[in-house]
Amino acid sequence: MTLPLPTRRRSPRAKTKQMAQEKKASQPSSKTLPKASTGIQGLDEITWGGLPRGRPTLISGGAGSGKTLFGLEFLIRGATQYNEPGVFMSFEESIPDLTKNVASLGFDLDRLVADKKLFLDHVYISRSEIAETGEYDLDGLFIRIADAVQRVGARRVVLDTIESLFSELPNPGILRAEIRRLFGWLKQEGWTAVITAERARPDGLTRHGIEEFVSDCVILLDHRIREEISTRRLRIVKYRGSTHGTNEYPFLIDEHGISVLPISSLGLDHAAPVERISSGIARLDGMLGGKGFYRGSSILVSGTSGTGKTSVAAHFVDAACRRGERCLYFAFEESPRQIVRNMRSIGIDLEPWVRKGLLVFQAARPTYGGIEQHLLVTHKRISSFQPSVVVMDPVTNLVMVSTRNEVRSMLTRLVDFLKTQGISSIFTSLTTGGGPLEASEADVSSLMDTWLLLQSIEIGGERNRVLYVLKSRGMEHSNQIREFVLTDDGLRLLDVYLGPEGVLTGSARLSQEDREKAADTSRRQELESHRRELERKRRIFEARMVTLRAEQEAEEERINQSISESESLGEELLQARGQMVRSRKADSSSYKKERRAPAARRR
Amino acid sequence: MPATKTRTRARPRKPGPRKPQVWNLRLYVAGQTPKSLRAFANLKVLCEGHLKGRYRIEVIDLMENPQLARGDQIVAIPTLVRKLPQPVRKIIGDLSNSMQALVGLDLRETG
Repeated sequence: MTLPLPTRRRSPRAKTKQMAQEKKASQPSSKTLPKASTGIQGLDEITWGGLPRGRPTLISGGAGSGKTLFGLEFLIRGATQYNEPGVFMSFEESIPDLTKNVASLGFDLDRLVADKKLFLDHVYISRSEIAETGEYDLDGLFIRIADAVQRVGARRVVLDTIESLFSELPNPGILRAEIRRLFGWLKQEGWTAVITAERARPDGLTRHGIEEFVSDCVILLDHRIREEISTRRLRIVKYRGSTHGTNEYPFLIDEHGISVLPISSLGLDHAAPVERISSGIARLDGMLGGKGFYRGSSILVSGTSGTGKTSVAAHFVDAACRRGERCLYFAFEESPRQIVRNMRSIGIDLEPWVRKGLLVFQAARPTYGGIEQHLLVTHKRISSFQPSVVVMDPVTNLVMVSTRNEVRSMLTRLVDFLKTQGISSIFTSLTTGGGPLEASEADVSSLMDTWLLLQSIEIGGERNRVLYVLKSRGMEHSNQIREFVLTDDGLRLLDVYLGPEGVLTGSARLSQEDREKAADTSRRQELESHRRELERKRRIFEARMVTLRAEQEAEEERINQSISESESLGEELLQARGQMVRSRKADSSSYKKERRAPAARRR
Repeated sequence: MPATKTRTRARPRKPGPRKPQVWNLRLYVAGQTPKSLRAFANLKVLCEGHLKGRYRIEVIDLMENPQLARGDQIVAIPTLVRKLPQPVRKIIGDLSNSMQALVGLDLRETG
């Protein structure tokens, strides 16, 4: 028997190597580890660029954790977005099954295969067919992979799940050695490979310990169920030669494939806008330094049920829509139509905004998914809609599907994200009655810039709503407790009445108002009577003045008359004397002497 | 075309009660490795001993025809596939353990 020398196997190798070198040359720096973008949303961020190029990566996870999808999406995105064809070696699922499974996620495998962007091979061995008769190697598999790679010019290879060979092939010792040789070969060929493995025990990564052979990058997928709610998480266990996020990152499998949320990779470096926006309630703006909230700030509206949290949020939304801004409303308790109807009863018509497309509701019960799913859906909706105001009503309902700690961590990430985007946000929070209101919110309140507390105060057999600004970072704000009523015209803040027991509300306020009104009236009446008295006195005085003046005038007249009479008498006497002198022909000097004389004489 | 080697005997042995037909065996190898050569030698001995004159061996070198590996779901090398008689059986390894090989090929009775 003669067997020809293996010549064909060399050619694909040489070709691939050449291609790998070309790609390497295009990398910005030869010092940093070249990476292959996965195209999976968020993963490239936490791996700082993708999986190690030309090296194998191990994806480990339990049953149903999304390993196969991860591998397939890595290939599909590589083929469609980065022009890197791929080979998928399936050791478990048949090709028609695979195609069907990912078709539900919006991937058309048949088309990619027809376009020679993807090659799918199902490696199937039935244990019953196999009998071990001596030494063997996995050259058959090597050849199949090399052939597949050559057919599409692949740069990426996925082996899903190679460990299943252990249950099908005899002699684990040989198999382990062969798998080790396979990984070495993949690396040597410079293909970016993804090897999936099932995690059987929590202390190990793979069933048969093949993680020993993949030392470059290991990613762990986890799908856990807690209180009947599933959450998916991803963690990069190791990534040789590269920095990477070390946390557990929630990820989601939805109609667009996998998305990882690198939320905590966001730093605290968001901008701080100084622009102020109205809360939609004029007098509330007044309480907030007269200008309202900062744009891009996070606002917590907390209160027991029925205190008007949604109404406050609706006012804010209405005001934003009036300014022509887009709002995204996440409703966890009420359906959009119900919210629209209820808000109409306090004079806020949200429907025109919905019709204009300025306001979009995203309503779902919190229990429809885990906390991560909510966070991811929120992220996706916000990223696609680009709103300037986001409402989450009520955020406390999320505790139903998670722990308080996780809700807090989710909100931290969400608030960070919103602030980075410059989006103003209102979170309503339902507090349980009876307990200390501040304490129960302590775990989310520190994230918030402004905290409005709505309370219903029970005095005199009635409950009345009050509002106060518990905190508002970076602005002057009122320290008063203000009563408010929900009118046909919206939420209206009322004047403050202080009674002996504090702020007066409801009927107590009304009676106080009446009392004050009565007191005011009587005061006014008193003043009026004083005024009248004054007027009367002035009139009397003026009348007296007239009389006096008349008397005085009469007197003056009389005196003047007597003066003028006596003057004319004197003249007459002088004249008479003169005539006498003239008639006596007396000299003038004697006349002069005589002028004094008459007086003496008269005396 | 696959590299094929066929060895048959013109005259069949006296017709036994079972397995009267010609055995059709296919040996997959990858190049002329010692393992492949050993497997082929072992197979020849086995067939001569148990199936003299009524067997046909086809050797397929996957180096030459890599696409053929998918057809018979070949992963390990060397693999011997018993195409006939039905049902199809697969034996992997270099056939140095002849006892196992006989069990695998279901040849014990005739031996």
